[in-house]
Amino acid sequence: MADKGPHQNYLGMRGWIWAGNYKLERYLYLLHRITGLGLLLFGLFHLTATTIFRVQGQAVWASTIDFLDNPLFRVGEFLVVAAFSYHALNGLRLIIQELGFALGKPVPPIYPFTDAIRRKRAWTLVTLAAIMILAVAFFIDFSIGGWG
Amino acid sequence: MSSDAVKKITFRVQRFDPEKDRKPHFQEFIVPVKRGTTVLEGLLYIKENLDSSLAFRTSCRMGVCGSCGMLINEYPHLACHTQLEEFHADRLTLKPLPNMPIIKDLVPRLETLFEHHKSVKPYIIRGDNAEMEKPTAGYIQKPHELDEFLQFTYCIKCGLCIAACPTSASDLAFLGPQALGQAYRYCADSRDEGQDQRYQIVEKDHAVWNCHFAAACSEACPKGVDPALAIQLLRKGVAAKALRVKKTTAPALLATSLPQAKPKIDVPEFTVKQK
Ligand code: HEM
Ligand code: FES
Repeated sequence: MADKGPHQNYLGMRGWIWAGNYKLERYLYLLHRITGLGLLLFGLFHLTATTIFRVQGQAVWASTIDFLDNPLFRVGEFLVVAAFSYHALNGLRLIIQELGFALGKPVPPIYPFTDAIRRKRAWTLVTLAAIMILAVAFFIDFSIGGWG
Repeated sequence: MSSDAVKKITFRVQRFDPEKDRKPHFQEFIVPVKRGTTVLEGLLYIKENLDSSLAFRTSCRMGVCGSCGMLINEYPHLACHTQLEEFHADRLTLKPLPNMPIIKDLVPRLETLFEHHKSVKPYIIRGDNAEMEKPTAGYIQKPHELDEFLQFTYCIKCGLCIAACPTSASDLAFLGPQALGQAYRYCADSRDEGQDQRYQIVEKDHAVWNCHFAAACSEACPKGVDPALAIQLLRKGVAAKALRVKKTTAPALLATSLPQAKPKIDVPEFTVKQK
């Protein structure tokens, strides 16, 4: 039996990730969500390691540290810092812009249309570049141990 | 392409008939196109020559009525306002707008859009009921006051912004960029006194605070309305009111309350003889 009535066509959580061929700003939103959840995950992991394992005494703590001291977790640590830089800076932008500041005024819609957030594209790119430079510097300095 | 050269393009169209189908499937049609052919013209060609059962909405065929919104190559467009040439491709995939139910083929159910639109009171509200019921004159509005919201008046309720919005994708009760944008359009109108009423509606759950500013709505809008900007400005108003720092301005005056303006130059005599 075919189901009568309209077919539901909501994208659901899939729509957070991909709803169509959109440009940069649509994906800053996605990255903010991913980094936010990543930081939450790290926070839980970090708290578990520094409390539950810590209170079990010196031996358990030492073996925990030993276990974590490998390239995989070092890359993970780097990702946490990169994610935090992005999430924090983009979060500050969101706090300002989501309260209607730094977006400019409405403009008459004359073709080709622009919109407030894309008129700030240059600033977005500058900030992303700054985050990437910081991330690379951190990677070289901390994750792979210095400038040679 | 020279103006009369004919090229063949494959339209891959999502079909769904609630009477027969369990779920949507795709069907392909070959459509001859010329320079300037729109996607809508291609669909009309299919309906007239290949398969009359294909369902889609259209009315004005000039980007004004908002009927023909659909996903064209995974991006929301108005079919009548989109020429095939802009895709530089021999194949085109057409799907109905997501984030609303499908009635048939490319026809989405827009009921929720209109319900949400109505729910934000998209009309001028004034304290003076008698004047609202039986208007005696227009309200005075200066050009800079018009500029505050003019951009947002171009909404044609096509639903493209809702198809683009990640919050509308997962929160069915979310008022959506269309309705929230229009809530701001009326709140920002100097003739309006309904801000408090609309703020009460949009500060609830599933409304203004649920926007995450992905701004896909503004990217997709075929009329340059920028609903994402409107929503952030609406938030500014709601937040300012909650923090009691909102500037209140007296609503626009009725045109009759001004002394009759005198023309700066003498009005010339009629150049055509009056009967
Ligand atoms: C300086 C530090 C931080 C700032 C300025 C910041 C800012 C923000 C802002 C403004 C949002 C809302 C974004 C939106 O409207 O969608 C947000 C969401 C979120 N944040 Fe943060 N945040 C910070 C640190 C953190 C940390 C340390 C965590 C992890 C525990 C975290 C986890 C999240 C999560 C899970 C979300 C929800 C993501 C979403 O709804 O898309 N944030 N953050
Ligand atoms: S048919 Fe009216 S907007 Fe396309």
